[in-house]
Amino acid sequence: MVHSEIVNLNGVEKSFGAVQALGGVDLRILAGECVGLVGHNGAGKSTLMNILAGTLVHDTGSISIAGNLLPGRYSVPLAHQNGIRCVFQELSLCPNLSVAENARVLHASLRGFGWRKRAGALLTGMLEDIFPANGIVASDIVGDLDIGRRQMVEIARAFTVTDVPLHLVILDEPTSSLDNVAAQQLMSFVRRFTAKGGSCILISHLLNEILETSDRIVVMRDGRIVDTRDAGSFDHQSLVGSMGSVAVEADNDGAKFVSRRADGDKTISMGVEGADAIPFAAHRGEIVGLAGLAGHGQTDMLVSIFAARGISVEAAHVPQRVAFVAGDRQTDGVFPLWSIALNTTISSITSMVHRLLIDPQREKQLAETWREKIAVRTPDVDNSILSLSGGNQQKVLFARALGSNADAILMDDPMRGVDVGTKQDVYRMIRQEADAGRTFVWYTTEMDELRNCDHVYVFRDQEIVAELARADLTEERILQSSFDQKAQS
Amino acid sequence: MNRLITPRMLRSALPALSFTFLLAAIFYIQPRAMSYFGLNLMLNLGVPIALATLAQMMVITVNDLDLGIGAFVGVVACIGVTWLKETPLLGVAALLGCIAIYAALGALIHLRNLPSIVVTLGMSFVWLGFAVLILPTPGGSVPDWLRAFMTLKTPYLPFAVILSILIALLVHWGLMRTAYGTIARGAGGNPRSMEQAGWSGLRIKMTMYAMAGFFGVLAGLALIGLTTSADANIALRYTLLSIAGVILGGGEFVGGRISPIGAVIGALTLTLAGSFLTFLRISPDWQIGAQGAILILVLALRALINQAERKK
Repeated sequence: MVHSEIVNLNGVEKSFGAVQALGGVDLRILAGECVGLVGHNGAGKSTLMNILAGTLVHDTGSISIAGNLLPGRYSVPLAHQNGIRCVFQELSLCPNLSVAENARVLHASLRGFGWRKRAGALLTGMLEDIFPANGIVASDIVGDLDIGRRQMVEIARAFTVTDVPLHLVILDEPTSSLDNVAAQQLMSFVRRFTAKGGSCILISHLLNEILETSDRIVVMRDGRIVDTRDAGSFDHQSLVGSMGSVAVEADNDGAKFVSRRADGDKTISMGVEGADAIPFAAHRGEIVGLAGLAGHGQTDMLVSIFAARGISVEAAHVPQRVAFVAGDRQTDGVFPLWSIALNTTISSITSMVHRLLIDPQREKQLAETWREKIAVRTPDVDNSILSLSGGNQQKVLFARALGSNADAILMDDPMRGVDVGTKQDVYRMIRQEADAGRTFVWYTTEMDELRNCDHVYVFRDQEIVAELARADLTEERILQSSFDQKAQS
Repeated sequence: MNRLITPRMLRSALPALSFTFLLAAIFYIQPRAMSYFGLNLMLNLGVPIALATLAQMMVITVNDLDLGIGAFVGVVACIGVTWLKETPLLGVAALLGCIAIYAALGALIHLRNLPSIVVTLGMSFVWLGFAVLILPTPGGSVPDWLRAFMTLKTPYLPFAVILSILIALLVHWGLMRTAYGTIARGAGGNPRSMEQAGWSGLRIKMTMYAMAGFFGVLAGLALIGLTTSADANIALRYTLLSIAGVILGGGEFVGGRISPIGAVIGALTLTLAGSFLTFLRISPDWQIGAQGAILILVLALRALINQAERKK
């Protein structure tokens, strides 16, 4: 039974539209091992784990479980039947239910007389096993627990066993809301679990956790596995090194870069609490990049800058006119029922008002100007916005921000799922506008886009941990700052 | 803070407190209401409203809203005073058909991802038309067994009170204590993770809508048992009353946070509010507005408690 195979992925590929998230991944997980999985944004970690958990269906390739090739479609129930569980980054508990009731949700067999007692005992027993003295009671409503305890419940629930034996637990950033002690408790539990023959896949931005806990480390980049070795043969440096891309020549063009910071004309500044915290500043005509792993506080920074517009005190100074380019264009960006023209001009309405009404002439003119300027591929600006491709919709959103009279433009990873040609158009446009004196704050998850920035702030755990001028920008330095350098204090 | 008076405790006690307060106020103004007969008179029309409120609560549990429940209760009432009396078999079949239509509505809303308020509001006109077809003019007569049941004389406590307590406890057990009720509430709390855990969202929604239909049928039957006749518009105001009852009882529009006992108390509170205003000699013209004011008052109290909780 020792070192039998739990799951084997063979040539698994997955694309979302034009974007390839996974390009042929082979991954074999054996019984009794903990596999660390690392990679930067967009490396394909989450997609891969979603496929393993059954929540995403792969395009090509094969999955075999316990040595048997799966005939049909792989799915969530099938994953459960085969003892594969996943703790996702976003909490999947029901906040309105108690701790015991959440155990019931995962285990259909907990029913009949006294189910509540059994469910409570099952989950609190596991909680006690992983996180001793946690103070969680089975009747606590999950929504009333703090985020750390909620994560404990979520993790403990994934390890509970009723009628189906448990083989593999995927832990996706399990310690993101846990304190140091609880994180240590979890890691030692994972080692006990694997010693008894279970397997874990551990994803974390804390490289120490990965290095200390896993037996084997798999490094992903650009939707492929680029390195897989025993954990012992990695150290911090080599792990960060293998996550970076091989091509380094592009990094050198930063050398001839001239900083705009010398002018001293600050457009935005945001003070940060804490003695050794790095304050945020953006100067006139500057493109400032926000880097780091996704979800480490970059969007919150953009939102707080936007919320502070027009404020000028010691701690924060933000101009009155700020525009926001949303990343999630379906929910935050486009007005799906409106035409391209209306979508373009909505931010500039005040400048088009003539005798209390919107002047249709001016509106049309503005829309036409921007259509030509940024080359939106449409025969008529009065067509519906939904007649455009995703990339062109994003162009319209840029036009909306650029067409307004904003001094600063905040961009929340706007180029997700946009094709390369459109990206180049937009980069050029941003540079032009910056040269004309506008300030851009650009959160991006793509390393290449940071090369368009004059100054980069790297975020980790909701804080700015590094500040890099374009001349000093290298992929390695970003990676080093995004992942921890020393043990978390 | 004292473990006994947590904000959560206060919040769940609020419906009962406001009910007691209203009852005390009525007894103070009109001591003669403090009797078996007085209580029965004030509360017996609360039973159908409580049942309609529970029907509404089933739909609110899965994050939807039913704007057709009033018209639906009307249809049931019309079927009850015509077919159920004359051809009982056809009557029962029609009522079961109504519940099946409710389940189908749940399926439609889930599969097509439609907003429930649009579908149920649309259906309310269908129900109304259906009711007018069955009973074009007010009238009809109720089956004797139903009349006898609803006017049962019980010792000590009026039947309306006993019935309300029984219904509240039964639904509380079904929805809050059983393993299946947990799944239904979980679907309101985090639908995505329920599907990830392998539960069928379609089945949950159909079940809850069927339950809503079932309690809607009970509400209609309870209503005609008291009124002995019906007309198509008899229960139109139940739609808003039932929503108000659920919210007054401590439920929330989204998130699967509901309280069956609270909902029944909420419905009875709204019924009492009508009597209270009559005792105050407030003209019926102002009563709806005054009822609204009571609702706002209780909800403001709840908001205050929530605020206290956040500060903690």
